[in-house]
Amino acid sequence: MSRIELQEASVRATTGQGEVQILAPTTLTLTEQRVALIGPNGSGKSTLARLVNGLVGAATGRVVVDGLDVAKQGREVRRRVAFVFTDPSAQLVMPTVVEDVALSLRHTHRDREERTAAALRVLEGYGLEQLAERSVHSLSGGQRQLLAIAGVLATDPEVLVADEPTTLLDLVNTRRIAELLFGLRQQLLLVTHDLDLALRCERALLVEHGRVVADGAPAEVVEHYRASAW
Amino acid sequence: MSDLLGVYQPGTTFLHRMPAGVKLTAMAVISVVVVAYRSPATSGVLVAVVLALLAVARVRLRLLARTLRGLLMVMALLTAWQAWQQGWAHAFAVVGALVGLVLLATVLTVTTSVDELLDTLTRALGPFRRLGVDPALVALAFSLMIRAIPTTLEIGRETRQAAQARGLDRNLRALLTPMVIRSVAHARATGDALHARGIADD
Repeated sequence: MSRIELQEASVRATTGQGEVQILAPTTLTLTEQRVALIGPNGSGKSTLARLVNGLVGAATGRVVVDGLDVAKQGREVRRRVAFVFTDPSAQLVMPTVVEDVALSLRHTHRDREERTAAALRVLEGYGLEQLAERSVHSLSGGQRQLLAIAGVLATDPEVLVADEPTTLLDLVNTRRIAELLFGLRQQLLLVTHDLDLALRCERALLVEHGRVVADGAPAEVVEHYRASAW
Repeated sequence: MSDLLGVYQPGTTFLHRMPAGVKLTAMAVISVVVVAYRSPATSGVLVAVVLALLAVARVRLRLLARTLRGLLMVMALLTAWQAWQQGWAHAFAVVGALVGLVLLATVLTVTTSVDELLDTLTRALGPFRRLGVDPALVALAFSLMIRAIPTTLEIGRETRQAAQARGLDRNLRALLTPMVIRSVAHARATGDALHARGIADD
């Protein structure tokens, strides 16, 4: 399992009112297979998740993944840490399904025919091979999210950070994506409002007002969250 | 409308087998010739040749109809304006050239995968590497541009519907402001996604 470390890492942003702290200096180490990040909208949980692969830079402190400093060795870290977003539309950048997966494989497969064959194998693994030549634009929400996950896992990373991956999905697709995520060999850092999913993790963090206010067994952290929300 | 220029349709026709570089060069040369020697005869020949190419490439009629439907409004306005200003012959030359070139681009996108275009552009831009140009990044920008066309159209459609729902469909500010903001937000989200996938790292 990978080791994700935040060492006094904080995030600030400049707004019309001056500099605002989005995430207070935070120190923690994540080594569990599945970690849930829960909390209200705007609490800073997505920001914390984005620190892990350098989508957001730390204003102070350090973020280290398997001994690699995210600020200094961003390229190596991003090859280890994949990221999926709430809305997969922005993540799918090629016109067709197979081409989008092939884009992820450009690092590893220089030959186009080999790359396409590898992309088709990846699609087969996710039951998407029938859609290979379809326009990404014509896919349903669930198919898009599945493709987004297939695209980032095609390079076989060590960690998957998923930022509310089921928020836009219906019940059937939520279940399908959840089963996929919880069946992965990769370490999973899951930002979610779905407390049932959080309860299936080994550890949960509750983020409120830019601070980690509870950290531990999911049942206790979820209970804490419910109590504070009501 | 969502795929104005069409998407790749796998096939084995000679247009599918033709190298992407040859197709791109031919398209560039034809575009320059049609614009430089604009006349009703040039446009007529272009449209006839492109229709033949569409038949050879076995482009689905539904896609062709969709592409032409997407152009209908522009074609109608342009034809009316040109006919009023400079006569029917000139209108045919201008609109014929426009339709012919869009359909020619459709032949390219339908018979060439974007992955192949990326490879071709990356190779073609190789010599510019010593001038500081990153060929892979330029090629990626090209493919993102193609992908952005349907996305921007979709944002436009959703924004128009949202304005209609609030009774503001004649308010230009209510239409344009959210569309620009959402387009910029989408561009930023795409940048984040590329960054997260490590694609912009190379």
